[in-house]
Amino acid sequence: MSVIDATVLPGPEAPIDKGGPNQPLLIVKDLKKHFPVRGGILGRNKVMVQAVDGVSFSVRKGETLGIVGESGCGKSTTARLIVGLIEKDAGEIIYDGEGLGDVLSLRDLRRGVQMVFQDSYASLNPRLTIEDSIAFGASVQGLSDPLGRAHSLMARVGLDPARFAQRYPHEISGGQRQRINIARALAMSPRLVVLDEAVSALDKSVEAQVLNLLADLRAELGLTYIFISHDLNVVRYISDRVLVMYLGEVVEVAPVDAIWARQAHPYSGSLFSAMPSMDPDTRTKKPPLTGDPPNPINPPSGCRFHTRCRYAEAVCKTRVPALQPIAAAPDHLAACHLHDLSSGHEKAGKEGLL
Amino acid sequence: MAIVDTAPPVTAAPAPAGTGYWSGVLSRMLRDPLTLVCLSVVLALVLSAIFAPWLGLADPFKGSMIQRLKPIGTPGHILGTDEQGRDMLARLVYGGRLTLFIGLMPVVLAFFIGGFLGIVAGYVGGLLNTLIMRTVDVFFAFPSVLLAIAISGALGAGIVNSLVSLTIVFIPPITRIAEAVTSGVRALDYIEAARASGAGTLTVIRVHVIGNVLSPIFVYATSLTSVCMILAAGLSFLGIGVRPPEPEWGLMLNTLRSAIYVNPWVSALPGLLIFVTSLCLNLLSDGVRSAMNVRD
Amino acid sequence: MKESLVDIQNLDVRFTGARTVHAINDLTLNLGQGETLALLGESGSGKSVTLKTLLRLLPPKRTEIGGKIQVNGTDVLTLSGKALQQYRGAEVSMVFQEPALALDPVYSVGAQIAEAVRRHKGISRDEAMSTALDMLRRVRIPSPERRLRNFPHELSGGMLQRVMIALALACRPRLLLADEPTTALDATVQIQILLLLRELQREFGMGVIFVTHDIGVAVEVSERIAVMYAGQIVEEGTTQEVIKDPRHPYTRGLMAANLHGVARGERLNAIPGAPPSLETRPAACSFAPRCPLAEDACRATLPPVHVPSPRRRIACIHANAPVSAE
Repeated sequence: MSVIDATVLPGPEAPIDKGGPNQPLLIVKDLKKHFPVRGGILGRNKVMVQAVDGVSFSVRKGETLGIVGESGCGKSTTARLIVGLIEKDAGEIIYDGEGLGDVLSLRDLRRGVQMVFQDSYASLNPRLTIEDSIAFGASVQGLSDPLGRAHSLMARVGLDPARFAQRYPHEISGGQRQRINIARALAMSPRLVVLDEAVSALDKSVEAQVLNLLADLRAELGLTYIFISHDLNVVRYISDRVLVMYLGEVVEVAPVDAIWARQAHPYSGSLFSAMPSMDPDTRTKKPPLTGDPPNPINPPSGCRFHTRCRYAEAVCKTRVPALQPIAAAPDHLAACHLHDLSSGHEKAGKEGLL
Repeated sequence: MAIVDTAPPVTAAPAPAGTGYWSGVLSRMLRDPLTLVCLSVVLALVLSAIFAPWLGLADPFKGSMIQRLKPIGTPGHILGTDEQGRDMLARLVYGGRLTLFIGLMPVVLAFFIGGFLGIVAGYVGGLLNTLIMRTVDVFFAFPSVLLAIAISGALGAGIVNSLVSLTIVFIPPITRIAEAVTSGVRALDYIEAARASGAGTLTVIRVHVIGNVLSPIFVYATSLTSVCMILAAGLSFLGIGVRPPEPEWGLMLNTLRSAIYVNPWVSALPGLLIFVTSLCLNLLSDGVRSAMNVRD
Repeated sequence: MKESLVDIQNLDVRFTGARTVHAINDLTLNLGQGETLALLGESGSGKSVTLKTLLRLLPPKRTEIGGKIQVNGTDVLTLSGKALQQYRGAEVSMVFQEPALALDPVYSVGAQIAEAVRRHKGISRDEAMSTALDMLRRVRIPSPERRLRNFPHELSGGMLQRVMIALALACRPRLLLADEPTTALDATVQIQILLLLRELQREFGMGVIFVTHDIGVAVEVSERIAVMYAGQIVEEGTTQEVIKDPRHPYTRGLMAANLHGVARGERLNAIPGAPPSLETRPAACSFAPRCPLAEDACRATLPPVHVPSPRRRIACIHANAPVSAE
């Protein structure tokens, strides 16, 4: 088992590109998911949490889309909707040109889209050996030689199968477990991997190792990533484009360098300036926002950020801003009245604000 | 995080590859003296019950009018005789067969039936869960002793009827535990990951759920055995369980009751055995539980 | 240096039980009155154990503690009974990572703060309540009169952490211990709490030991940083010194792993391997197995401690070498 072919995966089971290189690998249109929360006596008064409320975006083949936002913004729900772990209430999920539900079955979607979770321990069955955990998905999907696949994947993520194949999850470290989780996700040769805070629970030194591994795998296997994280530094390092979410909605989407240079939405601006400074001589003087994010059970009307936004005016409370390109760049989208000259916002279009 | 910090960091170096889970449980159990003592007491009782006919004991059914209620230590009857002059030692050993059988069998049956119901209710959820769990709740409304007496009373005395009524009594608590454990496991990421890999419900339950819920359900079931034994003996004591002349500890306790002033020590023997057995079963189940705790 | 507030000398903490863990090994640390120190390290480095030892929160049966700890002149390791109770809360108090778990769900937050004050100060209920109100005001909680009567579950995460801080500071301790108090919070809330702690530290003039794994957080709150690895302090200095001129290879690795200023797609200079399990007491440099600069000497004996300037130290053979480009 010591000699392992590192370039294992493509073979007869390699995925077939149906839509061509210009077809985005994943298109999400107006995705909605509202969870009922019980309230009142006997749980009769149902309150809905608007976890994801009209989210649209697309992921091009081979790119990495970073999704950032605070707790309750709906980023994890979005991930679970894309992988089909929870059912959407409304909207479309189109994978390589085929809509989920009409042409594409859930089973086919799961061949192409896999997920890595945050908690490396909870996401492995404690009673299965590592090789069995990795091989499980491949054998479910009827792929040939699941154990052989598991072993070569283990070698690929940097764990010697001779030493680790028979171990149990509690016998290895957090970083090693997360490598196993990545191998498990790759066992079905997916094209899109959703990484939901996949490195957030790791120690910094281990996180860097796993990020290197993810970058290598992406290059070798031509993977596409959706990378969800609250750590902007990590998102900047690995992503090509960044999507910012707030209370179940997308507020800004832009190429990573563009948004780092200029955040078009006031919320993105606050989120970026809330990053701790790394220079002791220029420490943060004033917090960019006060208070906590509002509860997604009863989100504010109009623009959901208006309760915390320093540019908020009357129009922000009543009208929902559309996600549209800002004047300077067609691939930089923001949902803010400040960028819409016809919105009626007094400061709309003024330079230097954002 | 604070708790993580005090725990030693997990490293790759130790832990020889592939030490099985059950061998670990066994070795942990064997290191616990109290559990070991209880295990040997229970084993001795079970073995003597199984091999009773080959132990060279007196006939447990053969009485003698002149040998009635002999005290402990009588030559030929080491533990004395009962009110019909039958050998107490033989009756106690043979009685163990029935007592242990109707004391353990209902829990075993309830473990399978209740475990199945609970796992299904916990994993599938929704309407099915409501249906199963509310039905179970109905049985929960009665104290287990009353429920057992009521069902046995309705079915009539006899070994099979005792088995049925006790099984019904123990299905609800096991179902409830199984449901709680399963819905806890169901929320874990590895179930999500298995579902995301395209596995069907049955495959997920078979590979990922059962292995992880079985041991807590099993541990809980073992803790019920002592209660079940007492209940079974109680039913016989009340005359709605095993019928005379079958030797059974609860029944023997009842028939010897009248002799308590004549020969208290002999009369107390069946009760003592019930007490010791249920205590040992209880402590044994505690030992199993702590030995099954993987992460220590 | 200012008058000493915390003086830890050659502290050893060992957990016994099924497995022995040498959690803290020969740790020496000094904190002046009113200083803010960040203990920076990864999980298992012993930073939280250090805090718990300072508060004597470790289970006595399974813990062996050696060395000396003095806080404000009190010998902490010999305290017991009433004196220990008085020491906890009045002299030293702690802010935890999960305020929702650290606060009692059945009492209003005002009652909890008032209770803590009454226990230590022995003042009347009304006075204690007004102290509680004053504390909520000081931690900048909006409409504090109303919040006083709120229960923990009615408050958001950021508010709860403010309440926790108010509770910790209500008895005006000389030393505040903070165990990753912002790790569970959202980014925009974290920065608020960090700045609040900074202001309160200045206002109350207390000493703060702030445990964190996040360099950015350490930079925002602290004037000094001590980097921990495998139960030892490998590097210590002012925040400027440690951040701008990290000398220990581990500190440098941590800085690189923070990804600040790393170009996109550039290969990360990751520290290989994982921290040691500490089943035996380290007899050589604990970082040597992961260190790119390790030599035979590193693996043979404990590293020498270089002290280039007062209160700056680096436990590494290469501490004097110029920073290489690697």
